[in-house]
Amino acid sequence: MAIAIEADALSKRYRIGELQAAYGTLRESMSHTAKRLTGQEHRRGYEEIWALKDVSFELEEGKALGLIGRNGAGKSTLLKILTRITTPTEGRAEIRGRVGSLLEVGTGFHPELTGRENVFLNGAILGMKRREIQAKMPEIAEFSGVEKFLDTPVKRYSSGMHVRLAFSVAAHFEPEIMLVDEVLSVGDAEFQARCLGRMEDINTTGRTVVFVSHQVQAVAQLCDRVLLMDEGRVIRDGDSAEVVAHYLQSATGTSSSQTWEAEEEPGDDLVKLHSVRAVRADGETADYADVREPVGIEMAYCVLHDGPPILPKIKVVAGGQIAFNAMDVGPRSKEPSRPGEYVATAWIPGNFLNEGLVTVDAALCTIDSPKLHHHVSIHEAVSFHVQDPLEGDSSRGTFTGQWRGVVRPLLDWTTTKV
Amino acid sequence: MPHLDISELWHYRELLQTLVWRDIVVRYKQTFLGVAWAILVPVFTATVYIIVFGKFANFPAGEVSYPSLVVAGVLPMQYFASSLTGSSLSLAANLQLVTKVYFPRALLPLAAVVVPMIDFLVGLPVLIFLMWLYGTWPGGVELLIAPFAMALALITALGAGFLLSALNVRYRDVRYMIPVFLQVLPLLSGVMYAVEEIPTKWQWILAFNPMTAVIANWRWAMLDASAPNLGQTAIGVAVALVVFFGGLAVFRSSEPRFADTI
Repeated sequence: MAIAIEADALSKRYRIGELQAAYGTLRESMSHTAKRLTGQEHRRGYEEIWALKDVSFELEEGKALGLIGRNGAGKSTLLKILTRITTPTEGRAEIRGRVGSLLEVGTGFHPELTGRENVFLNGAILGMKRREIQAKMPEIAEFSGVEKFLDTPVKRYSSGMHVRLAFSVAAHFEPEIMLVDEVLSVGDAEFQARCLGRMEDINTTGRTVVFVSHQVQAVAQLCDRVLLMDEGRVIRDGDSAEVVAHYLQSATGTSSSQTWEAEEEPGDDLVKLHSVRAVRADGETADYADVREPVGIEMAYCVLHDGPPILPKIKVVAGGQIAFNAMDVGPRSKEPSRPGEYVATAWIPGNFLNEGLVTVDAALCTIDSPKLHHHVSIHEAVSFHVQDPLEGDSSRGTFTGQWRGVVRPLLDWTTTKV
Repeated sequence: MPHLDISELWHYRELLQTLVWRDIVVRYKQTFLGVAWAILVPVFTATVYIIVFGKFANFPAGEVSYPSLVVAGVLPMQYFASSLTGSSLSLAANLQLVTKVYFPRALLPLAAVVVPMIDFLVGLPVLIFLMWLYGTWPGGVELLIAPFAMALALITALGAGFLLSALNVRYRDVRYMIPVFLQVLPLLSGVMYAVEEIPTKWQWILAFNPMTAVIANWRWAMLDASAPNLGQTAIGVAVALVVFFGGLAVFRSSEPRFADTI
């Protein structure tokens, strides 16, 4: 397949002094030069930072690439280089095709001009032809929902209307290669969902997309591949589900498996926990899971002597809320425990957890009715990322917008005509 | 030799049109008198010159009527002043565009020298009225010099605009320098006197100012005034070309850093 974007060892150096003293005056510059000439000052004391360091990648035509990472990781700088707004200090970027960039919605909007005039202005700035804008005007107006105010100067718009109109222009912009920075964070939830849907349409029409966002969920949904950046470098490059899971896990300091050295194993004189893992149906450790597939939480432990029944227990936390607690209360939980090695797995069914990062607290308990006694309790023992591949058969069907809730069960519905 | 990527500029021609259109529409909307200013400003300036320099100081007018001479000087000078100011401040004024979208940056100073051309054309009837009043009509083929004179003004303004807009990205001093320069310039360009009436030595010194050639040639074309010295015009054209290519070179070499330093 043809390569649409090729980045070769891109680096970008900024002088911090340059960033701070953007408005250098001629006098400052001259006095510095004078001091340097007379030897009073050797060099301007700039501190340098590498906003981007040695970034290389290739992107095939028609693919969607996501860029994620913390603030200051270099995502926006990379995008600015790809759009040619700024040049790299080192390295080279090559882009094949008509590029459209969207680093901000409503770039160049002028308050004195009417909505309609601004659509033309903004469209032209983005690189649309006048004929193209004219043809799409009805669609743009409808998408924005501000049709009635198209001939009102934008200075009289509310900020919401302003953003809607601006995004509508952007959404109807159809270059071959689209570079987008954090534009989904505007507007209300309903509008955001519409925008996300629009982005998906763009992607499915075979256009190449590079997408920067802090909303990793959106990135995971839209992109085939994700680059995780940190301090100007690409630290992970791969399948979007995997990279997003890694990013979210590293942000919480968790992972999909945890094993303890023999002498550090948590527990007491009755049980010792060896390891906890999040696994898929085939037993593989799972950093991420398909929303439709079951996920197992596996605990390996040993029982040191005869005792009361050992009850493995998990607490599942999703989206910052406790989704549920669960404990093994099956037939085995009635039997007194015997010394030996055990592996217990709790299966969380598919089509149950919602998308996002899920963390699991693991515990080994006994019941001394009415009290629950924790022999081992590990906070955030493991985590995994649940992802909807958007194939239309999860509980939200073909809807692609936000689907809120800690869980997302696929229920049995009965509908009868009355 | 610095070059403008002409094919790229051509590709972005619609954006240039849109930027020009924006500046005109915005100004029209923001001002009460709108386009009338394009007539009022030269009329007012010329009236002051005519009274002060023509009546009190008796400046030499040469063969044509003094009011025609002054208006024929004020119009191109007004064009040059607006173009120079507009293009020099164009990058800083469009900061949001420079940091958020790619397009050939040269479009901004370019649009800024096109917009005042509209004002110039709107103000032209003032001169035509005086031509009718004093019965000084263009001699004939010399009229063909008129577009050349204006092109010379455009090239000079654009070249200086390239240079100053690039400097203004780093040093906002430019904003304060320009008005001072523009206050002196009419005196050195023969706006309120005919250049051929001053001592020859001084004519040659003033020839290094391209606006002297612009105004003298414009008067020749429009008022049937005597033809300017060809050597002096040649110097003006040469200086204009040096300013243009020098400004372009500075602009092109600092262009990659505009978004970082602006």
